[in-house]
Amino acid sequence: MTETINTPSQPIVSLNRDISHPGRSLGRDAWARLIRNKASVTGMIIIGLFTLIAIFASVLVPHSPIQIHSGANFLPPAWVEEFNGKTGNPDYLLGTDTLGRDVFSRVLYGARVSMVVGLIPTVIIMVLGTIVGMIAGYFGGRLDNLLMRLTDVVYAFPDLLFFIIVMVSLRDSFIGQMMNGLLLLFMALAIVNWVGVARLVRGQVLSLKEKEFVEAARCIGAKDMHIMFRHILPNSLGPLIVFAAFAIPGAIITEAILGYLGLGLRPATDQAAVFITSWGGLLLEGQTAINAQPYMLLTPAICVALIVLAFTFLGDGLRDALDPRMRGTQ
Amino acid sequence: MLAYFIRRILWFVPVLLVVSAITFVLMHNTPGGPWDRDLEARQVDSNTQELLNEYYGLNKPLWRQYVAYVIGDFDKEGAFVCGILCGNLGPSYRVRGRTVQDILFEPPEGKGFSDSRFGYSARLGLIALAIAIAIGMPVGMMAALGQNTWRDYLGLFIATGGISVPSFVMGIFLIIIFGSWLHLVSIVPRSWDKIDVWILPALVLGFNTTAYTARLTRSSMLEVMRQDYVRTARAKGLAERVVILIHMLKNALIPVVTILGPALAGLVTGSFIIETMFGFPGMGRAYVQAISQRDYSMILGTTIIYAVLVAIANLSVDMVYVFIDPRIKLSD
Repeated sequence: MTETINTPSQPIVSLNRDISHPGRSLGRDAWARLIRNKASVTGMIIIGLFTLIAIFASVLVPHSPIQIHSGANFLPPAWVEEFNGKTGNPDYLLGTDTLGRDVFSRVLYGARVSMVVGLIPTVIIMVLGTIVGMIAGYFGGRLDNLLMRLTDVVYAFPDLLFFIIVMVSLRDSFIGQMMNGLLLLFMALAIVNWVGVARLVRGQVLSLKEKEFVEAARCIGAKDMHIMFRHILPNSLGPLIVFAAFAIPGAIITEAILGYLGLGLRPATDQAAVFITSWGGLLLEGQTAINAQPYMLLTPAICVALIVLAFTFLGDGLRDALDPRMRGTQ
Repeated sequence: MLAYFIRRILWFVPVLLVVSAITFVLMHNTPGGPWDRDLEARQVDSNTQELLNEYYGLNKPLWRQYVAYVIGDFDKEGAFVCGILCGNLGPSYRVRGRTVQDILFEPPEGKGFSDSRFGYSARLGLIALAIAIAIGMPVGMMAALGQNTWRDYLGLFIATGGISVPSFVMGIFLIIIFGSWLHLVSIVPRSWDKIDVWILPALVLGFNTTAYTARLTRSSMLEVMRQDYVRTARAKGLAERVVILIHMLKNALIPVVTILGPALAGLVTGSFIIETMFGFPGMGRAYVQAISQRDYSMILGTTIIYAVLVAIANLSVDMVYVFIDPRIKLSD
């Protein structure tokens, strides 16, 4: 007995029609969430602006940042009618300092140092910390033990004190002289902060390596390296990016504090130097001249606050965007 | 549990040894010695330098100096002089005739311990912490209870701004506004005997902690608000006030309480910029002065004290956690 199955001449849904939707990657999703966040967008605009200022500082400045205008020192900003018997001059938008140098030009140059100090050590610690944390978390054993003990030491050392001691003791050495002392600062920042990244990655690896998708990858014969960098790393990128967004302002604040204590960048006297002065250094100059011209202190302080705020907004937005479950709880 | 804490305390020893060794090596590899740095002062001639080096043991090998610094050494007469193990942080290179612990912990004549440099810093830190708690906790609670209303946004805005703006930048703003423009406070007070001159430095010092406390209170309140036991409490008809104060707040404050130890350590150790800014006669300013004067023993001693404070504070987090929250079991 045969029964013919009544097949409709035409399928209800055309299987030939392309129903696949263009894939939306996690990154694209996160980006969409990020640009809906007003605070983050504001932060990104401010960061972009300061980056442009940092790159084009030499073109943007109205005066040379190290040119001394004799007889025009301690001028208040242009809009101030009278301060300590001096009137603002429209030539010097934010006034002049102790030696009659243009504060506005110097502040623009300060952006360079802050952006570089934020960026370079953070790149170093991300790369170094990720590699060490990955290996320690994945293979465990002696390296893992060593990392954890190292972390104990680094966490016990109050980090600002460490920066100060390193800057004091190695400032006159060969490394301390390079790049007006910036290289030493990069190294000090990297030494302290890579441990945090390593610990973060280690924790991520420890929880991710037990997940099914890693097991699956291992079942089909994936090599350790492949699992680490193709499966585990992409899945722990979210927290890493957020960490970086908060590490950058941390480095900028550290530079400002060290500069304020007179331990940061050596102020350059050479016109051709790339890094002439930093916001921290300007704060120190302003502090010593606070009675003569408090406005000198104001602009670099606002700049530090603005850039740090911008990165914090971006970091908050990134956290919400990359991990929607965390939204509104932090 | 007891074994865990004993292990943690024993772990202090190698950590502090490493911290002090790093500082020691860095300090001693600085080019030049403590005698020939100050260009403004009269230069010490080489004979005197040799004698001074001899007296302070600076001509011995570095490892020997370190051992002498940590454990102790025999002096000329053969008497044993104990090192940092007995709390002897060594003689200051700048303030001749006084030891580091003398400068930091000894109050001026006729005053109590709280008027020593350490006492000043500790007091400032405590006041700052009190301000942080008194402002931060209520702001965080208000924000959480009115989640997604203007109160929440206002609280979050203050807290985010407060975390982002470094406290010393905030201090600069406040000094310019209140000192330079409004002339309400003197920028650098002459005397610290009256309490009102303490308010501004303490406010600035506790600024970040205040914001952090507010954020932490808010997030932990939000977490607690969604718990089943809160719903149960509401369901059985308890007054809202009782639910908030007894059921929610008590649990929400667990994470907040645990950060208070490190927060205090952070306030005491992190105060050197604020102290320098306001001319505050505490430990932090002594540290900054020691840096500019290259007073190595002072830098070394202060760093070790700071490291001990941080270590104790970190340990206190775990201890407080165990006592406050029976759900937590520690092991390593």
